[in-house]
Amino acid sequence: MSIVVNGKTLETDEEGYLADISDWEPSVAETMAQQDDLELTSEHWDIINFLREYYEEYQIAPAVRVLTKAVGKKIGKDKGNSKYLYGLFPYGPGKQACRYAGLPKPTGCV
Amino acid sequence: MAKADFEVPKLNKYPEIPPVVPGAMAHSKPYVAKPAFQEPLNFPGELPEDWKDGAIEAMGDLLGKYRSLRVHLDSCVKCGACTDKCHYYLGTQDPKNMPVGRQDLLRKVYRRYFTFAGKFFPKLVGAEDLTEEVLDDWYSYFHQCSQCRRCAVFCPYGIDTAEISMAAREIMDRIGVGQKYCNEIIGKVHKIGNNLGLPEAALADTLEGLEEDVEEETGVAVKYPLDVRGAEILLVTPSADFFAEPHVDGLIGYGKVFHEAGVSWTLSSHASEAANFGLFIGSYENMRRVSLRIREAALELGVKRIVFGECGHAWRVAYNFLHTLAGPLDFLDSRYPVPQHILEFTWDEIQKGTLHFDKSANDHMVITYHDSCNVARASRMGDEPGGQFKIPRNVIKAVCNHFVDMAPETIQEATFCCGGGGGLLTDDLIELRVKGAKPRVEALQNVIEAHGVTHMAAICAICKSQFGKVLPYYELERDMIVSVHQLVSNAIVLTGQDDPDQGERDPAEVKGESE
Repeated sequence: MSIVVNGKTLETDEEGYLADISDWEPSVAETMAQQDDLELTSEHWDIINFLREYYEEYQIAPAVRVLTKAVGKKIGKDKGNSKYLYGLFPYGPGKQACRYAGLPKPTGCV
Repeated sequence: MAKADFEVPKLNKYPEIPPVVPGAMAHSKPYVAKPAFQEPLNFPGELPEDWKDGAIEAMGDLLGKYRSLRVHLDSCVKCGACTDKCHYYLGTQDPKNMPVGRQDLLRKVYRRYFTFAGKFFPKLVGAEDLTEEVLDDWYSYFHQCSQCRRCAVFCPYGIDTAEISMAAREIMDRIGVGQKYCNEIIGKVHKIGNNLGLPEAALADTLEGLEEDVEEETGVAVKYPLDVRGAEILLVTPSADFFAEPHVDGLIGYGKVFHEAGVSWTLSSHASEAANFGLFIGSYENMRRVSLRIREAALELGVKRIVFGECGHAWRVAYNFLHTLAGPLDFLDSRYPVPQHILEFTWDEIQKGTLHFDKSANDHMVITYHDSCNVARASRMGDEPGGQFKIPRNVIKAVCNHFVDMAPETIQEATFCCGGGGGLLTDDLIELRVKGAKPRVEALQNVIEAHGVTHMAAICAICKSQFGKVLPYYELERDMIVSVHQLVSNAIVLTGQDDPDQGERDPAEVKGESE
């Protein structure tokens, strides 16, 4: 499978996650969101950027609690919960936001 | 959310046996594992030209190793007792999801190649050649069995469809037809130590975060130690406990229980996974490799006890096979169960009186309990028959004032699978997962209506993730599903804990509330 972003064809896995994280650029997220009928706001970008920073340091997406805590610190305590994240990413912050951020899909019993 | 491009089953007031719809789920197939996911498990990457010979040889090998497999394939008398017992049949109406229908997919090939009558008079005994169509059916329908064993409870011969589906998956793996979800995950355990591929640094960072959160919330420095040599207990828990909700709330609870019990404990970055998907694909070799990490970690850290966290099939593997797969475990303290379940640990401490609870902390919930299939039908807890049913309920009742069971034909040994077990907890099988959850959700809906149940507790990482995902399809809340140790965590009063209203709180004062 693949996705076309700015005229470039990027390889993805069967579920639409980028095969190579170094292919990522912001318009990847924009294109994927468009396909899901979702408009990315600065709130979405806060999450996507945090996921990418965390991945760069730890080679894995952050645990839900690590993410909600970071959001709580940065954007406000009332938003540091998974309800807020599901509001932004209805298919689940772990999976949908990771896909937009170019990260591999979290695997396991999650 | 929870938009479905398939029909979500309607819940009934009373369970109904639906009419058959042949082929209703023939389209359901999980992604096939690429060679890169096959090879680390020592399976061929692709279907070879002589795959039929390979499959028959693999079947012969398994029949020689597991006498039970031959008994299960030989002994069915087509009595029909199993036909309405599988949650996947009840939710999908596909007759190949009747346990006997599923078994027959393998049985007809077994008869053709391994029995006298099938070799010479195949039509008389329902024997069939192995063809591409048969393999296609195998791949589809052996990935529509969660290996929950409910059918085996009702079969007068005790035929275990789980074992048949494990054998079928092993045969397919040996001819290069593996399932992506399971095999990618097993590869990650071999390489990194857990299903998520969570490296040590990320695990350490996550645990540190939990320590901060618990201290902030309670004022007590509860530790979530990693790789501590000389600790008494090694906790082996599903990696979902580090990563997902409500799993992590259970992990927080285990830590609080260990803290109050005054025992030293540690997690291991080498064995940072309780789950063992080797079971799901029927691969003894992979199951053993995954289990050996636990042995290695226990020896390396010099622990005296191994305790398993809330994970259904991990407990099935540990309870039944840990000594065989990773033994001898004679270096562990034989005064305690080897291995021990976290609920056994917590229940022991409750009986000893070391833990104190403020049950009113859970008063905003009316709880019911989902018996996870692997714990209910493939293991035990404690030293009495039925302990695996009683102990979780005892613990819940010790920490909650409001508990209600679901209908008796849907719990304990007759429990319905969550619909996502056995290596099926993957988005490419979402239709199957939603439909397979129907019998459980129906029973849940009935106690919601009759008793005002607000939450359902479980002790399995798969069950928790599965319900979080599928409940919204039935217009129920995602966060209705909770961990049992999350309830413990809510109610436990730690020594020296801050009381939000009255300053520091003395556990002795609240003791009466827990009795």
